[in-house]
Amino acid sequence: MIQVLAFYLFATIVVASGAMVIFARNPVHSVLWLILAFFNAAGLMVLLSAEFVAMLLVIVYVGAVAVLFLFVVMMLDIDFAQLRAGFVSYFPLGGAIAVVLLVELVLGVGAWKAGAINLGQRAARLPDATPNIEAIGQLLYTRYIFLFEAAGLILLVAMIGAIVLTHRARGGTRPQNIDRQNRRRPDEAVRNIDQPVGQGVEL
Amino acid sequence: MDTAVLVSVLPEILLTVAGLVLMMVAAYAGDAAARIVSWLSVASLALAGATLACPAVHAGGPIFDGLYSADAFSAFAKALIFAAAAACILVAPRFFDGEGGLRAEYPILILFACVGMSMMVSAIDFLTLYVGLELNSLAAYVLASFMRKDVRSAEAGLKYFVLGALASGILLYGMSLLYGFAGTTQFAGVAVALKDGLGAGELFGLVFILSGLAFKISAVPFHMWTPDVYEGAPTPVTAFFASAPKVAALGLTTRVAIVALGTAGHSWQQIIIFMALASILLGAVAAINQPNIKRLLAYSSINNIGFALIGLAPGTAEGVAAVLSYLAIYVVMTIGSFVCVLQMRDKDGKPVESIASLAGLSQTRPGLAAAFAIFMFSLAGIPPLFGFWAKFLVFDAAVAEGMTGLAAIGIASSVIGAFYYLRIVKTIYFDAPAEGFAEARSPIDYGIMTLCAAVIVLGYLLNPLLGSASAAAAASLF
Repeated sequence: MIQVLAFYLFATIVVASGAMVIFARNPVHSVLWLILAFFNAAGLMVLLSAEFVAMLLVIVYVGAVAVLFLFVVMMLDIDFAQLRAGFVSYFPLGGAIAVVLLVELVLGVGAWKAGAINLGQRAARLPDATPNIEAIGQLLYTRYIFLFEAAGLILLVAMIGAIVLTHRARGGTRPQNIDRQNRRRPDEAVRNIDQPVGQGVEL
Repeated sequence: MDTAVLVSVLPEILLTVAGLVLMMVAAYAGDAAARIVSWLSVASLALAGATLACPAVHAGGPIFDGLYSADAFSAFAKALIFAAAAACILVAPRFFDGEGGLRAEYPILILFACVGMSMMVSAIDFLTLYVGLELNSLAAYVLASFMRKDVRSAEAGLKYFVLGALASGILLYGMSLLYGFAGTTQFAGVAVALKDGLGAGELFGLVFILSGLAFKISAVPFHMWTPDVYEGAPTPVTAFFASAPKVAALGLTTRVAIVALGTAGHSWQQIIIFMALASILLGAVAAINQPNIKRLLAYSSINNIGFALIGLAPGTAEGVAAVLSYLAIYVVMTIGSFVCVLQMRDKDGKPVESIASLAGLSQTRPGLAAAFAIFMFSLAGIPPLFGFWAKFLVFDAAVAEGMTGLAAIGIASSVIGAFYYLRIVKTIYFDAPAEGFAEARSPIDYGIMTLCAAVIVLGYLLNPLLGSASAAAAASLF
């Protein structure tokens, strides 16, 4: 019973906040509604006992993607009222895409009812009782450890590449040199002068 | 996990550790340490090459639950890859001296690319294949645009990146289709699943995978990036692209075709035959009017990959051995030609790339001219040079399986290809001298050039060694 209640709660909020993403006037509000939709979709995933996907949704989509959206929306000076101005002229194309998607959905459900495609068995199977985070962890750090490490190398190469291609030493900057600061002695930094009255200070 | 497994991946571990340590050296010492980093990179490549002699590395069999195979095939390819990469690191400093100095990241990126390439040739699982390929490609994209102030270099990098990403997508799509229908990403498992005939899904997967791989070996019809990238990239990087990654990608293609798709031989054979013939013809015809030597060598590499694919088409052990021998000889010829191209500098020390500037080189620089002529004759496949033997082996393998037509077309179009190689020789020896090149004293370049030329001329002495090594390597796939 409680699962059904939870499902309807999450599902309603996902659909409602999805609608609000489109209808909100303020783009920042749209992104905030999107984050709410992601959180509730994650709740739906937990109900399906796909807790790994739920975590990915929260960490990757909310933590990274949505926050990035938020920054972009806030930093770019986009006039959203102007963007929406062409609604009527774009409506036929948008409507056509919507119809295509709807037909695809119907076809997909029909194909699903007709029976699954005969796909092969998965090679890397674990007992069904294992929670899927544990299952992924076990595979990633035992069977696929070699590839996991290599994937780390790919990220390192990407980082080196980004630095090689974009980093340059700019002239005219005054970076902090702690070593030089520490080596500075009072006699180079402080000067005692006998300031005559009525004259400007010489610096 | 027992330590025997780690011994089998010793080349990769060595290169990775070397790359990481040298990265720290470069980060703290800056580009002043570029030469030391270069030499240490070459030393670590030599060390990694030396570990190939260890039985666990060249006869270790499948490890990591069938992700990686340490066999004679991978050891043969790795030896070629490491040697080619080392040569490309050695010739770099003098080239970059004229371009604002060598940066320490160059040898380090090549080291990481080598890790990716040795994973590629050892891959017996589509996941290893993909991760290795991406590691190599990502380093290659950066290397292509390494001279970031040069517009052509930046363009080459961008073009390579966009088209390479597209090819990776195609490859991944094919892999996911094959995984969906075979239920496994392991080559052996895929072979078992394809035994009872190909369904539409499997066929699509196979075609997409071969297309993605064809891009990486720049076989026609996926060759269009090659001339632009080869022309724009800095010359040592072009030499690298034309040698080591070609060996890795063709080794990978061979293993995928024989081990994973071997049970569906008739389906991929026609694709390979088409790519072979199209590459040979396009490589031969399109190069005829090239005024730029780097573009010409790009078409030459497309042409050569076509000949190597002829060896793969029969799908026999002799054919695979012929492909490996072809690659070995091709790498020597290519490195030699590019070292010659590196010597082309005008009086101000600026690199020159036009073929016209080679006119009368025999009178101003007889040694360089002789080396150039040797490599061009060899690339054209003119006996008694070693390039002839490479072509002979692949044609022999094709004829042995009754593919006489394929061999005949290949031989006929190698005559067309000979035209532009001979035109360079004619320009060097019979044209009125153009303005000479800057005199350069670079013992390393001359050493590599002489070594390559010696191998090309006296290569037949190596035949027993090359023959037995490539036969053993090919046998490990069957």
